[in-house]
Amino acid sequence: MNKIENNKAWFLVLPVFLLVAFSAVIPLMTVVNYSVQDIFDPYTRYFVGTEWFRQVMHDPALRGALLRQFIFSFTILAIEIPLGILVALMMPTTGKAASAALILIAIPLLIPWNVVGTIWQIYGRADIGLFGAAMNALGWEYNYASNPTHAWMTVVLIDVWHWTPLVALLCYSGLRAIPEVYYQAARIDKASRWAIFRFIQLPKLSNVLIIGVLLRFMDSFMIYTEPFVLTGGGPGNTTTFLSQSLVKQAVGQFDLGPAAAFSLVYFLVILLVCWLFYTTIMNMQNDKKV
Amino acid sequence: MAEITLKALAHSYSSHPVQGSDYAIREMNHIWEQGGAYALLGPSGCGKSTMLNIISGLLQPSNGEILFNRERVNELKPEERNIAQVFQFPVVYDTMTVYDNLAFPLRNIKMPEHNIRSKVHEIADILDLTEQLKRKAKGLSADEKQKVSMGRGLVRDDVTAILFDEPLTVIDPQLKWKLRRKLKQIHEQFNITMVYVTHDQLEASTFADKIAVMFDGQIVQFGTPRELFENPAHTFVGYFIGSPGMNFLDVEFKNGGVNFAGKTLPLSSQLIAKIPADAERIQIGIRPEFVQIWSEPQDGHLDIEIDYCEDLGTYKILTFRFADQVLKARLSEDQPIPTGKAYVSFPQQWLKLYINDYLIEEPA
Amino acid sequence: MSLSLKNITRVVDGETWLEDISLELEPGSFNVLLGRTRAGKTSLMRIMAGLDVPSSGQVLMNRVDVTGVSVRERNISMVYQQFINYPNLSVFENIASPLRLARMPEAEIKRRVQETAEMLHIEEFLQRLPLQLSGGQQQRTAMARALVKDSGLILFDEPLVNLDYKLREELRSELRTLFKERNCIAVYATTEPNEALALGGNTAVLHEGQLLQMGPTESVYHKPMNLVTAEMFSEPPINVIKGRVTDTEVTFDDTIHFQLNNELKILTPGDYNFGVRPSHVGLVPHADDDLELPVKVELAEISGSETFLHVNNPHFDLVLHLSGVHEYHVDKEINVYFPTHKLYAFDNEGHLVHSPYRIGV
Repeated sequence: MNKIENNKAWFLVLPVFLLVAFSAVIPLMTVVNYSVQDIFDPYTRYFVGTEWFRQVMHDPALRGALLRQFIFSFTILAIEIPLGILVALMMPTTGKAASAALILIAIPLLIPWNVVGTIWQIYGRADIGLFGAAMNALGWEYNYASNPTHAWMTVVLIDVWHWTPLVALLCYSGLRAIPEVYYQAARIDKASRWAIFRFIQLPKLSNVLIIGVLLRFMDSFMIYTEPFVLTGGGPGNTTTFLSQSLVKQAVGQFDLGPAAAFSLVYFLVILLVCWLFYTTIMNMQNDKKV
Repeated sequence: MAEITLKALAHSYSSHPVQGSDYAIREMNHIWEQGGAYALLGPSGCGKSTMLNIISGLLQPSNGEILFNRERVNELKPEERNIAQVFQFPVVYDTMTVYDNLAFPLRNIKMPEHNIRSKVHEIADILDLTEQLKRKAKGLSADEKQKVSMGRGLVRDDVTAILFDEPLTVIDPQLKWKLRRKLKQIHEQFNITMVYVTHDQLEASTFADKIAVMFDGQIVQFGTPRELFENPAHTFVGYFIGSPGMNFLDVEFKNGGVNFAGKTLPLSSQLIAKIPADAERIQIGIRPEFVQIWSEPQDGHLDIEIDYCEDLGTYKILTFRFADQVLKARLSEDQPIPTGKAYVSFPQQWLKLYINDYLIEEPA
Repeated sequence: MSLSLKNITRVVDGETWLEDISLELEPGSFNVLLGRTRAGKTSLMRIMAGLDVPSSGQVLMNRVDVTGVSVRERNISMVYQQFINYPNLSVFENIASPLRLARMPEAEIKRRVQETAEMLHIEEFLQRLPLQLSGGQQQRTAMARALVKDSGLILFDEPLVNLDYKLREELRSELRTLFKERNCIAVYATTEPNEALALGGNTAVLHEGQLLQMGPTESVYHKPMNLVTAEMFSEPPINVIKGRVTDTEVTFDDTIHFQLNNELKILTPGDYNFGVRPSHVGLVPHADDDLELPVKVELAEISGSETFLHVNNPHFDLVLHLSGVHEYHVDKEINVYFPTHKLYAFDNEGHLVHSPYRIGV
């Protein structure tokens, strides 16, 4: 819908423009600046061109972190998306039960992220944590602090607990948007429950699911707080994901140059994935217009 | 094939209905016979969609019984009733091709694939969908989607009745014609009971063998289009059928005759004898098609004043005033309109007498 | 107020929605835009209203160029297909809303709202909320809101399409009387030719973004300038048969032919598309020179007062619109009578070259 041409609206956008400029664009330019310089201290710096970029691409620690990050993101996507759909399918649709269910489901989303990490840190401890103690009592030597596999499982579990509700809520609203007629027609066609899911619900959820996958991928790819609070990146570096590696390098070691360089690479990877999703969504919408 | 019986059927959407107006369908008894093409005609809110959903099983009636072939089916779910329903809004499975859409109901009952193939091709041929079989259902136009919806009902061998809920609503007027003809052809070919819900009297008349006119939750008349047109049993039927609807004059029973604005209207004495003394509302009805307009006065012709004339291409509608009441006459395309004085006559055999909205007929 | 559109074109995303449309609308006229869905009716109305800007061309109101002027500055009202009312305002407040925006004195507002509500027969619902009313009453509220403003231009975008058949008939005749007294321009979009005929006034026929014909409704109906207009303006669709004119006669596919009569003598020999209205083909001959055609019945659609008979022979299909009830079985062979003096002739490009002679026209 085209509105009549008029320039007054630009003035309304100016404050936001300035705000974004200060809080995002200028810091970003600073990072770019650092990424091409070797900084010894605030007063001594040398231009080094693309040397940092070459170095970080070959750094085994960073590569390891990148690999771990991808594995993590794909794992949680594989669990959260189907689980979220399942939860949405099971939620009641009308009446007080529906409101109660929505509130219950939304609770994990409201908890501050470091609190989430802390909750699980205590919850999973073998001595005083309910979960940890229970697991050990059942005979399974569960210890997330010393066993890498257990640490991984716990971090994945935290993320699933924390973020599946988001997927569930998105799918819930998507399901509500399906007109009743479709279900009626399917019943008359004697479709099984599975067929209804496969041919009516899933296709109609596709838009919502794309958004869900996009959001979850981006967020999980940038994850920092929960694993840091839970394991500090350990044992060793088995749960050190990308953001934590960068923080260690930039803040811990004060290697601003390489850290800045890798930040940019990190940023570009996320941008690339987002662009892929965006194009997919646009194509799907164009298909619908036909 | 099914004979569908409604026995003391009534339905209210509220949990504690008290008065008549709480009921969407007031108590009725009705039989839809096997193999007929029926229309359920009425204005919005008269209860026709409710009735359809009760027949298909999507809604359970709050009172009374519904029987298929004399057996009670109130508790049977739609899947168990072998009914097909085509909705107002075309429903197709977007991710499947047209072929798969048509095959879907058959695959659900585990019919062997080669039987499915022949059935689907047969139905696609009848509906002129053979060229679209490989296309994804998502890209079809509205009328093609409706045909696919109809096709899903027709492929099944076990279908006892097909119910249509205002299926041509979203279709372009130019294409409504084609789809209506298709429906009629399908009925002639398959001999399945078909019930078609609509608010368009022309659609109902061209599709159905018999029409049930619904008003305020009740079936006020059930008859062929001709019966409904020539002998409306209720003033609502007279008003709703025909374009424009029947003319009604409020009259008085005076001096052994039916009087209107000082003139006595011609009616047979047998009919007049049937008017009860305490009748509340007496009306005379005559359809615009039967009103005759003259430019020369003769015996029995009454004075009128012409308001205006509308030319609708194939016919004309003349709106005129007869002693303070506004009436309409339907004239053929070539009939000349009187320019000066005009006169009207009402042929006696087409004058209908209504007491309290119901038709009083002459004894046969 | 007069409205003038000059060479309006609108292109969106590479698709031409409107192509070079020019219209002149006189004050006090009732104009129907007739066309299929997506023919461009809504786009054209939006340009008249000022909701969209044309890609090229001018809009003139009272001879003043208002092409870029926003809708707020133009004095127009619009009624939509979906009954659009402010859901949380009473019917009275809904109708009063444009007057309140114009800061009219309260007494004046009350008077106008009452007057308009009475015109549309909703005065007893003034204190109710729109959602408590039936569809027809909601649409009347929307119309009252459009009429109370006394705008120079009122636009109706298929306003009756979501209403019952009978309600549509009633509202249509009310619209006719409503607009007789006013001096504003009314523009009414519809897909149904019967509605255009019932409303009268002028009709502009739109097809795929182009204006095919504009004029008084009756003359567009009786004298369609091209084949597409004739097909659009007819329900059931006009019968079209290909034929050839020679020096002496007209032939349809070499077996059926008749002598050239006085009217058709003006046609130069060649191939033509002949159109004949379904109501003019009959079961009995009406005139001496009617052509007898043996055909087979495909389908008889019977309503209470008329019959639509679909027949065919090996060369063409015909639809007959007969009054009264005529029952026929499928495949029955009958004769129909084809009026040779009521033919329309269109050339191969679809332009009208001959229309039948009408008494008094």
